[in-house]
Amino acid sequence: MSVELDVFVGNTTIMDKEVYQLWLNGYTVNDAVKVRIEGGVMEECEASAEVLLSDTMDQYRTFQMCERLLHHPAKLANQLLFQIPPDRQAMLIERYYAFDDSFVREVLGKKLSKGTKKDLDDVSTKTGITLKSCRRQFDNFKRVFKVVEELKGPLVENIRQHFLLPDQLARDYAAIVFFANNRFETGKKKLHYLTFQDFAFCAGQLINNWTLGAVDNIMEDMDVDLDKEFLQELKDLKILITDKDLLDQHKSLVCTALRGKTNVFNEMEANFKNLSRGLVNIAAKLINAKDVRDFFIDLVEKFIEPCRSDKWTSIDVNLYLTHYTNSVHILDTFKHHAVWTRYMGVIKSCILRMYHD
Amino acid sequence: MPGKLKAKIVAGRHLPVMDRASDLTDAFVEVKFGNTTFKTDVYPKSLNPQWNSEWFKFEVDDEDLQDEPLQITVLDHDTYSANDAIGKVYIDIDPLLCSEAATVISGWLPIYDTIHGIRGEINVLVKVDLFNDLNRFRQSSCGVKFFCTTSIPRCYRAIMVHGFVEELVVNEDPEYQWIDRIRTPRASNEARQRLIFLMSGELQRKIGLKVLEMGGNAVVGYLQCFDLEGESGLVVRAIGTACTLEKISSTLPATATHPSNSSPSKDMKEPGFGEEAPGVPLSSGPPTPLRAQTFSSFSPSKSYSRQSSSSDTELSLTPKTGMGSGGSAGKEGGPLKALLRQQTQSALEQREYPFFTLAAFPPGFLLHVGGVVSARSVKLLDRIHNPDEPETRDAWWEEIRQEIKSHAKALGCHAVVGYSESTSICEEVCILSASGTAAILSSRFMQDGPLDTEHRLSRQPLCVFSTGSERVEGDMGSSASLGFEEVVSPGCGFCHIPYDELNIPFPAQLTYCYCCRRYKVPDVLFTTIDLPTEANVTGKGCLIQARLCRTKKKAQGEGNATVISNLLPFLEYELHTQLMNKLKLRGMNALFGLRIQISVGETMLLGLASATGVYLTALPSPGGIQIAGKTPSDITYEQHISNMQKKINDTIAKNKELYEINPPEVVEEIIGSPIPEPRQRSRLFRSQSESSDEVSELDLSHGKKDAFVLEIDDTDAVEDIHALLTDSPTPAGFYSCNTEIMPGIQNWTSAIQMFTSVRVFRLNANLTNQGLNKIFSDLCENLLKSLYFKLRSMVPCCLCHLNFTVAIPEDELIQVAVTAVAMSFDKEQLLENGKQSGEKTLIKAITENDEQLQFNLELNAETSAPNPLSSPKGLSEVGSHLSARDRCSSWIEQLKLKAHTIRRGSVKTTSSMEKASPLPEGRSRSLRSNRSYSGSSVAVVKMTPLSFIPGAKIIKYLGIINMFFIRETTSLREEGGVSGFLHTFIAEVFAMVRAHVAALGGNAVVSYSMKECVFMENPNKNQAQCLINVSGDAVMFVRESELESTSVQTQSATTHTSNGAEGT
Repeated sequence: MSVELDVFVGNTTIMDKEVYQLWLNGYTVNDAVKVRIEGGVMEECEASAEVLLSDTMDQYRTFQMCERLLHHPAKLANQLLFQIPPDRQAMLIERYYAFDDSFVREVLGKKLSKGTKKDLDDVSTKTGITLKSCRRQFDNFKRVFKVVEELKGPLVENIRQHFLLPDQLARDYAAIVFFANNRFETGKKKLHYLTFQDFAFCAGQLINNWTLGAVDNIMEDMDVDLDKEFLQELKDLKILITDKDLLDQHKSLVCTALRGKTNVFNEMEANFKNLSRGLVNIAAKLINAKDVRDFFIDLVEKFIEPCRSDKWTSIDVNLYLTHYTNSVHILDTFKHHAVWTRYMGVIKSCILRMYHD
Repeated sequence: MPGKLKAKIVAGRHLPVMDRASDLTDAFVEVKFGNTTFKTDVYPKSLNPQWNSEWFKFEVDDEDLQDEPLQITVLDHDTYSANDAIGKVYIDIDPLLCSEAATVISGWLPIYDTIHGIRGEINVLVKVDLFNDLNRFRQSSCGVKFFCTTSIPRCYRAIMVHGFVEELVVNEDPEYQWIDRIRTPRASNEARQRLIFLMSGELQRKIGLKVLEMGGNAVVGYLQCFDLEGESGLVVRAIGTACTLEKISSTLPATATHPSNSSPSKDMKEPGFGEEAPGVPLSSGPPTPLRAQTFSSFSPSKSYSRQSSSSDTELSLTPKTGMGSGGSAGKEGGPLKALLRQQTQSALEQREYPFFTLAAFPPGFLLHVGGVVSARSVKLLDRIHNPDEPETRDAWWEEIRQEIKSHAKALGCHAVVGYSESTSICEEVCILSASGTAAILSSRFMQDGPLDTEHRLSRQPLCVFSTGSERVEGDMGSSASLGFEEVVSPGCGFCHIPYDELNIPFPAQLTYCYCCRRYKVPDVLFTTIDLPTEANVTGKGCLIQARLCRTKKKAQGEGNATVISNLLPFLEYELHTQLMNKLKLRGMNALFGLRIQISVGETMLLGLASATGVYLTALPSPGGIQIAGKTPSDITYEQHISNMQKKINDTIAKNKELYEINPPEVVEEIIGSPIPEPRQRSRLFRSQSESSDEVSELDLSHGKKDAFVLEIDDTDAVEDIHALLTDSPTPAGFYSCNTEIMPGIQNWTSAIQMFTSVRVFRLNANLTNQGLNKIFSDLCENLLKSLYFKLRSMVPCCLCHLNFTVAIPEDELIQVAVTAVAMSFDKEQLLENGKQSGEKTLIKAITENDEQLQFNLELNAETSAPNPLSSPKGLSEVGSHLSARDRCSSWIEQLKLKAHTIRRGSVKTTSSMEKASPLPEGRSRSLRSNRSYSGSSVAVVKMTPLSFIPGAKIIKYLGIINMFFIRETTSLREEGGVSGFLHTFIAEVFAMVRAHVAALGGNAVVSYSMKECVFMENPNKNQAQCLINVSGDAVMFVRESELESTSVQTQSATTHTSNGAEGT
């Protein structure tokens, strides 16, 4: 004796948010039922395990049928098969494209290729996220990447329009696409302490300031690539460390400004040249694609770690970077003010965001 | 050439990839009607082609327009090989042929393929130019409106109800033709779909012709069915009720101001009382000002003067005024009643079958109800040799209808209402069934002479239904006392027995009506109709089901038919007993919407009876159920029995509480007639039971004479009782019924959710009857439980029109399909409703005052004799007052209760809102989100099996939807197994219904039903096939909140909910 067939179809498609989440998380039907039983829905609604199983299977089937529509969210709004209220459509899309921070940290900056996908079982074991869920998240990244890669115009806006995502989620996806495109290294041990949101913030800074789209508003531009011309110009900043006078002058200006205002003044004074060299060298090397990948590791090694070992607070860092940036403009022989501002603006906000335990 | 059909192909979207190399499609479209075909250009390399074709014009006979569908085929152009079909769209032209329905079909329609399902959509425009054809011998019947709705459609009024129309057409089933062996499954499916389209078109046209012959202009309660007889052919048959309908002009009836959906009639009868004013001289003071109040609150006073004047003229115009003399006869009203009956009878007798497929009636139409009548017959199918002369099938149905007619006669009734027919086929055996409710109808809507249309036309829509009471009054002439009965007791009149009490066709205990105390009523009443809106009901109702499984020996041909016919009576008897027991267990005394389905398989018979139980105030309170052991020897046995008895008593008490059944206590006095010999018992109407004799002998603890005794003499009976108690109660917040409305619930929100659920259960071989019963019963119970769980977010809600269909698709398989609508009602509005109910009770009190007044008058008329009736009447008056107050107080109690739970459960609810699914949450959320996501391009189309949409007013009927689809797969596993396959298919059917309704310009389907769902599988071959037939009425509705401008209070209340539910 067995139930051979069991379906429920509503004129308005009924979807349970909780079950949807379980499905997204890659639970099997049986596991999902267990979770639901533990959640106490049975007592609440006088239901039996059998009823719960039937409902879960039914919902899973519905989600599977919807999945192909979710791959092209715009289709969800004008398809006829499921009658889904608009607010529910938005919920479905948002949750389908939501991802786990721990997962994204594993693949951030990696090439979204078949090879990476093959390694997902390792990621799954490491993060405790089911392989199914990992695959969905990875495929989402890849799908968004493929669509916006060739599109002109602002990255975030493109993602928002094509995938009908809420603003914050669209920004996160922009960061993921940006990282994947530039292949930033994020997996080194030294970077482990950084969260996805840290990187997403930095990506936002880079996209808004260092890409071609950041300077002109011509529609030709693409937000995914860094502005090559700018990277070229960054080489000119080297003068700040190669010119001995300029370096000393810069140091004394910063020291004068900071004296008495910070507890780590001595350490700062002692380390100034090292730190300045570090930052300017990063700038000068960015023209090489390989060095772009190491951008974050460089920031940590060349600046954040020395400061941290000297026990700077983030207020100290902020103060230092502000004066370090501004003092340059007082140097008479220095000519590359625009590039410097554009460079340091991003560096400063990135470092400040990254400066934590 | 009386018609020109024009079609334009605009565009396509979401087409499937047909060319793997380019991942694109070169699509073009063929438009075919009859034998003419047009083609669009090929739109190369696109999945979203823009054809923007010219208008393709077909010049055709209107006969063809009715029969043929417009067939649109989308193909992929292939230079080197044959063009591949992407899919098809069939468009029923019929709605365009009626001036009052749709004028154009325009919109995105799903492209459907029987193997792949929906494959993209196509945007088309279809119009019809119809030329008038005055040819008397024409074969077409354009312009006759068809409605699936089994009541008078909401924006029409009935001028005349002509009666029963039926027709059937037969053909060979393409699936069984020799050519099927060489053609593809797709070709065979399409041939079948097309044939059934053609046949239903033809059927509709033929029925339309009959209607025109009768002088009508519409068919209401149109029920069309397919019999897939396999080798022997395909039968499409339909029945309906021919009517003359008139569209109510757009002036807003006063009812629109009520958030409740109760049919207009409920409020309309109030003016009917007012009508008496000029007729009966009422001079006494107090009631009059009160009455004036009622008027102003119910309807514009303007309509009043109009109404009264016209009804005055009508009085003089009625052909029956001459019978005033009859009225002076005895108080029993016998002669007059007889006269009335005679008249209607004469009107009805001209018809071959006085049957009505209607289940709800304009007030005053249904006078008395006798009981359920049903007939079944088992037939052996043979090949239909000449499709043009389907005589055998016709004869079969004729036989059954005759039987029904004679059953009705035996019950002293001249008509059968709520009539329906069905079949169950297994191999070559076919069970034909028909059932209905024997009734006596008023002749008002059935006069043969021309109506005083002039006056009718001049009338306000409001008064049409209310004329009922006036007219009867007019008929009665001066005999106030008699006319009074008919007028005053609309709430109980239909319960009064129509048959001669000395000549009861079956054993029944009669008592005087608990409402009016003047006429006899039976102790229980079974009917197939909806609960009349005017009926007095105590408490709420609930779904009651009797389920039965019977094994049967495998047999062939005639032997098989004999075995089945022998089993049938037992099956029906047991179903009936089960129904009766369950009814008593719930403390109720009447069943409405009774539908008994018997399904036949190779090795078993399945019986499922569903109905809505209620407590009719007019009927006596049911006694309890008493268990009696046959062998009172063992002490443990005695104990066992008393335990069980206690359980039963507890259940009854619990149920009474649950359904709020607290009838007014009345002095128990059974004036029941001596129980006559069971002369000829109508098959179904088996009231009480044989055991009722014993009851009086055994002095049982209940002390009531009508306690129902169950004897435990064998294990079967014990099982039965267990089964009785296993029906689990509906979870808190849920109600269920299989009728249109639930008594006791009015404040519906506009959140509705129609759904279909299908389950197939595989049985093990070698099960006993008991085992089978249990499995079948559990299957139904579990299905219901699943539904409650699924819809938990809509609580408080009622599952209305729960329609179960059972089938035995294969040996050892049981299939149960349910279609219903969940409608939530509002807790928050309870307060407001309380106020309204207060108003209502006030009105009730007023009418009661009226009653009293009239009663006084009556007393005055016959003061001489100390009226023996006065005391019970007075009593019942008090009783009904009480009940009104009771209801009111129970509302208040409920309110308090709700308040409690809200306060206490607040934490819980918020937390559950976070994680659980929930529509009501959506209700509050969608308020804002609706605005933010207004960009959705697909219009929402609501679907409901009911004839109305809560909180909305239907402003236009756009035509009947009658669609038939076949879906087949040869990759069952890949499509998610049988469940995945059927899930997709049902979703696709819904989508196609919605799209076609939207293309007609509608936003809802009412009276929707899935009449056929035939599912066959062959998992070994990885194949499955399914046929689905659905029907309904496409309508356009507007929210009452949008209509209203006057009542601000209700508006604010309804806009809140309507906005919320727009999304659902």
